[in-house]
Amino acid sequence: MFRIDFNKLRFLVCDDNPHMRRILRTLLHSFGAREVYEAEDGASALEMYTHYVPDIVITDWAMPIFDGLELAQMIRQPESKGNPFAPIIMLTGHSEKRRVTVARDAGVTEFLAKPISAKGLYQRILNVVASPRPFIKTKTYFGPDRRRNTNNAYIGPERRSGGEVEVLQQPSLLDKARSSG
Amino acid sequence: MRKEKPAEIKVKHFSTHKVITQPNPLRKVLRRVDERDLDDPVARAEQALAGLSGEFRDWMLIEADRLSAAHAAILEKGFTEKASEELFRAAHDIKGDAATFGYPSAAAAAESLCRIIEHAPDLDKVPAELIRHHINAIQAIVRDHTRLDSVKVAGELSRKLRGVADEYLLHVNRDRPEHLEAIMAPSIVPAE
Repeated sequence: MFRIDFNKLRFLVCDDNPHMRRILRTLLHSFGAREVYEAEDGASALEMYTHYVPDIVITDWAMPIFDGLELAQMIRQPESKGNPFAPIIMLTGHSEKRRVTVARDAGVTEFLAKPISAKGLYQRILNVVASPRPFIKTKTYFGPDRRRNTNNAYIGPERRSGGEVEVLQQPSLLDKARSSG
Repeated sequence: MRKEKPAEIKVKHFSTHKVITQPNPLRKVLRRVDERDLDDPVARAEQALAGLSGEFRDWMLIEADRLSAAHAAILEKGFTEKASEELFRAAHDIKGDAATFGYPSAAAAAESLCRIIEHAPDLDKVPAELIRHHINAIQAIVRDHTRLDSVKVAGELSRKLRGVADEYLLHVNRDRPEHLEAIMAPSIVPAE
């Protein structure tokens, strides 16, 4: 069985609603986190991101100045200050499926629709810590591989030009640990 | 405050894209524990959340009053960009937060209001009572939350509001297929 040492992780929480920030802070502290930085808008979130270099970003979608989507796009700029590979978990009240696609295409790593639950948040954090996906860079996209699974039954067009793509899979740490007994 | 740079990023080039793999810098926070380990961080967090619940009613009152204030501004100034944005934000926040705070029917009513604001072709033409009923319903649900019979009534109220709102939206968007698709798409939020 695996556990996360939350006291070794640095979080940046971005949400303009103070009640939701309180909820997230409470959950993260209960998990064991000790470094939780908070931002109430996109601009201060970006500033804190470059200054504190968080391990994981948890952001709302709708925020003033610029929103969580724009924040994700700025973080994912390969030339930006800070780490463009940091996991970004989007936690949002938007409940339409198309929103998931939009967030994914902005470079968001995990998407969690509100209402928030301790289990849902923990699972998303576990996903980004234990099962990171390789990054893909195209002319229009830089972010986590948007293909979560390889589908052997897929018979549609190969949208990544250049023939068959070899994606360098990182076996998840959980799989590695299980195979080593 | 700087952390160490990730070591050895590997890049594989293809004609239209690159695959970039870096060693997982977060692997150091995973540790193996005994199966008998009784520590349950999720249960601990749920307990902490329950400990906050005493404040949820006050928070909901603040959110509901913010929504009413935004509506009052609409009544005074009309659907200006700023006023519409604030009404949407207030409703959107209730939609996202209310279920966590124990007010799922308020969340449902707020979602219905958000859908009206997002998909009505012209907010000035939305029947004023449709929006007012949503605002009043949310206020009533929040303020009457503690009564035993209020949960069922709140649920029925939010369902009826959603039905009326959807009927209106489907009618006014009959020539707007993108909006129709969004209106009829299922929610990604798991049903209770």
